[in-house]
Amino acid sequence: MDAFKQHFDEKIDKELTIEPKDWMPDEYRKTLIRQISQHAHSEIVGMLPEGNWITRAPSLRRKAVLLAKVQDEAGHGLYLYSAAETLGISRDEMLDQLHTGKAKYSSIFNYPTITWADMGAIGWLVDGAAIMNQVPLCRTSYGPYARAMVRVCKEESFHQRQGFEIMLTLSNGSAIQKKMAQDALNRWWWPSLMMFGPPDAESPHTEQSVRWRIKRFTNDELRQKFVDVTVEQAKVLGLTIPDPELKWNEERGHYDMGPINWDEFWNVVKGNGPCNKQRLDTRRQAWEDGAWVRDAAMAYANKKAARSNKKTAEAA
Amino acid sequence: MSELSNKEKAEWPLWEVFIRSKAGLDHKHVGSLHAADADMAIENARDVYTRRMEGISLWVVESKYVHASNPDDAGSLYDPANDKIYRHPTFYNLPDEVKYM
Ligand SMILES: [Fe+2]
Ligand SMILES: [Fe+2]
Repeated sequence: MDAFKQHFDEKIDKELTIEPKDWMPDEYRKTLIRQISQHAHSEIVGMLPEGNWITRAPSLRRKAVLLAKVQDEAGHGLYLYSAAETLGISRDEMLDQLHTGKAKYSSIFNYPTITWADMGAIGWLVDGAAIMNQVPLCRTSYGPYARAMVRVCKEESFHQRQGFEIMLTLSNGSAIQKKMAQDALNRWWWPSLMMFGPPDAESPHTEQSVRWRIKRFTNDELRQKFVDVTVEQAKVLGLTIPDPELKWNEERGHYDMGPINWDEFWNVVKGNGPCNKQRLDTRRQAWEDGAWVRDAAMAYANKKAARSNKKTAEAA
Repeated sequence: MSELSNKEKAEWPLWEVFIRSKAGLDHKHVGSLHAADADMAIENARDVYTRRMEGISLWVVESKYVHASNPDDAGSLYDPANDKIYRHPTFYNLPDEVKYM
């Protein structure tokens, strides 16, 4: 085996971090670029369903909170894009992959946000599932990715809490408000479970990724963890999880759950979810509409630099 | 860090961001971002990296000006320090009676 590869494997085994200038296998680099950029795209596209409610939040407090949360998601996208850039892909390349549909983002954001309760369900369930996924990544093997995740995780916990608080307020409100909360839970529950990805048996790259510490738990392990904690939280809300087969399994020490509709999952991944087209169109439009701003800022910076160079030259 | 990215010319340059978290501490590297010029880099750094009072002072340096040591040279680069333990105070044996030294 060549010495570089051996040195890399030793570092992985010793739980040491890999840094941008270190030698790494091509496949490790490629997998990381795919995973980190997909993650970044999810943060960015994830702003859209919630952005839908900023102007219609029911109070100034809720509006300020939602605005802060959505701004955090933008930040998360930016941390992650820069982490991916250290692997040798440019920001424009990544955005191009998003806009052409070549790169994926989390399918959950292809569902519509039709009531205010959806802001509650998203914070509680979607950010909750994201946290489950993200916390182990704070110890992932690639340094810039791990450091970005530490920052992200610190900011996430308020996201989930504000969502749960919305659900709690609605659940303790009028009959109609409680019904609205239950309806949101009904619609977001299964897509949230799908966020952990296909079952382990159908997830061929898991083993390699766990070996490289790019992934620290399998999809099914994380999904189970999420179900176990979330079911208890739903009890506090007095809401019903929309899974008739959900049952505590004494022997396993976990909840058993009903089958997930993976046909629906793959259908949304392939682009046929309720909002895939709308989300991509909005992203592309924002990118195109911003082109003149990017160009103008660059032109201004160049002109300013040229002017100050000339001044220095004249003074000399 | 920079030579691989910025492939497309239209892309704003990449900047490294350093934050002093409170008075008396060093500036510490926190990440990077894109901006057209230094002023914009500082404004963006404020929005991206200090939304929760993480800092009281910001430095931004265009990434292309950062020169880094090569990890492959780590052995020879840091080796000379390895056998100079006499640079540490614990190397010296003094009688117990000697205080405050
Ligand atoms: Fe996020
Ligand atoms: Fe979040």
